[in-house]
Amino acid sequence: MRADQRPLGAVPAWLWASLATSLAVQITIQALRPPPATSASDLPPAPRTAALRAASVGEPAAIARLAMLYLQAFDLGAGNARPYQQLDFKVLAGWLQAILDTDPRSGYPLFAAARIYAEVDDPARCRAMLDFVHQAFLADPNRRWPWLAHAALLAKHRLHDLPLARRYAADLQRLTSAPDVPLWAKQMEIFILEDMNELEAAKIMLGGLLHSGRLQDPAERRFLEQRLQEMEDRLSSKSRQ
Amino acid sequence: MRPELLLARSCLTEARRSALPWLALGLLGAALALASFLSQVAVTESRELQAAVAAAVLRAGAAFLLAAHVAASIVREANDKVLELALALPLSRSRYYAGKVCGFGAIGFALASACTLPMLLWSPAGSAMLWGASLGFELLLVAAAGLFFSVTLAGVVPAIVSTVGLYFLARSIAGIQLLAHGPLVDESWAQAAARGAVDAVAMLLPRLDAVTRSDWLLYGAPTAADFWAAIGALLIYTALLCAAGLFDFHRRNL
Repeated sequence: MRADQRPLGAVPAWLWASLATSLAVQITIQALRPPPATSASDLPPAPRTAALRAASVGEPAAIARLAMLYLQAFDLGAGNARPYQQLDFKVLAGWLQAILDTDPRSGYPLFAAARIYAEVDDPARCRAMLDFVHQAFLADPNRRWPWLAHAALLAKHRLHDLPLARRYAADLQRLTSAPDVPLWAKQMEIFILEDMNELEAAKIMLGGLLHSGRLQDPAERRFLEQRLQEMEDRLSSKSRQ
Repeated sequence: MRPELLLARSCLTEARRSALPWLALGLLGAALALASFLSQVAVTESRELQAAVAAAVLRAGAAFLLAAHVAASIVREANDKVLELALALPLSRSRYYAGKVCGFGAIGFALASACTLPMLLWSPAGSAMLWGASLGFELLLVAAAGLFFSVTLAGVVPAIVSTVGLYFLARSIAGIQLLAHGPLVDESWAQAAARGAVDAVAMLLPRLDAVTRSDWLLYGAPTAADFWAAIGALLIYTALLCAAGLFDFHRRNL
């Protein structure tokens, strides 16, 4: 006890009681409130890049990643069996573009577009995300090719749109020039035309990414391995039917 | 020992005996806890997310702690008549002011060193060191600003609010200029005036968005030329703040 403080016994009993009561009421009220959740309709219009930059107070890298965490919480409730199905993908693409413009070297928006949002069970929404990935790729091919490679696979296996997949593959082949782009990516068009199923193709791509050393983030690795496992389960259950 | 150095040492002793070290430890703990929580919800770039968020929290937190410490220290000295006692000694006002700048600047560099340590968890040592050095110079500017406002406004709350306001305005002025010059802005007379006002304010502010960048931790260190150009601009503004503070201090009737 500090010398300038009186003992606890000096506090009147009514004050102890009011402190305990107000604390109990506060905790009860908070415990009775439902957990916060965001629905698809809560997604506000995308901010302008300049506004996002101004709000970042000179920390664009941090605000871009925090904005991604904020964005990925929409339409992803714990009990939501079909996440991201209700989102307005035009607004979503606007958000992703603003975040990408805020930190152009971040891969998070493209990862989310190609690996999360584009995998929804809705061809129109999937197409919107693939188009976003393609446009972003055109702005910086040597950095953003892995997401276009995945977009080409999705175009072939999910949308069954071979011309679109070939267009992406051809762009990947034509526009990438960095020495660290692997051979399989530079020969993406052949890879697309080969008669292999989605799982085989995804395994080759994931293996290639792991081998190239680009996939170092443990969370990303875990996420992709989980996706691969889900794909295996889905294909094996289809073959049993 | 020179009187400036004695004063600087007394500033460091005062900081060591105050709650500042504990608050700095609390800031480090909060930044680490927030970074590790956010990394759990990220699906990719978790390391980059931790580095960027921790860097942003530590940078802003260190600046706020230092600004509050400088304001509280200077105003307390004035209220306790310590300033009058010091100036009754054979010590010029300029030397007194220089001693305070050195002392508070040294506290800033100590805070910057503490903030750099966790960055080594997520970033290469070279990038983290440059980020830390830049934060040290940035905190030196905050110390100079805090001293200027404390001497001029002579109140803890106005001094803290002014220092923190200047700091955040300097960090966001580039973004505000982007907004003012954006493609969606119409060409009315009022807009042109607002744009001119923003540009004029920008000329009076340091470019804090160009220093202590979390990009350095994420994507590699800047070139030596870029780094020293940004630090040079900081030092020029620190000198301006010191000159303005001294100007006001010399005019004051004690």
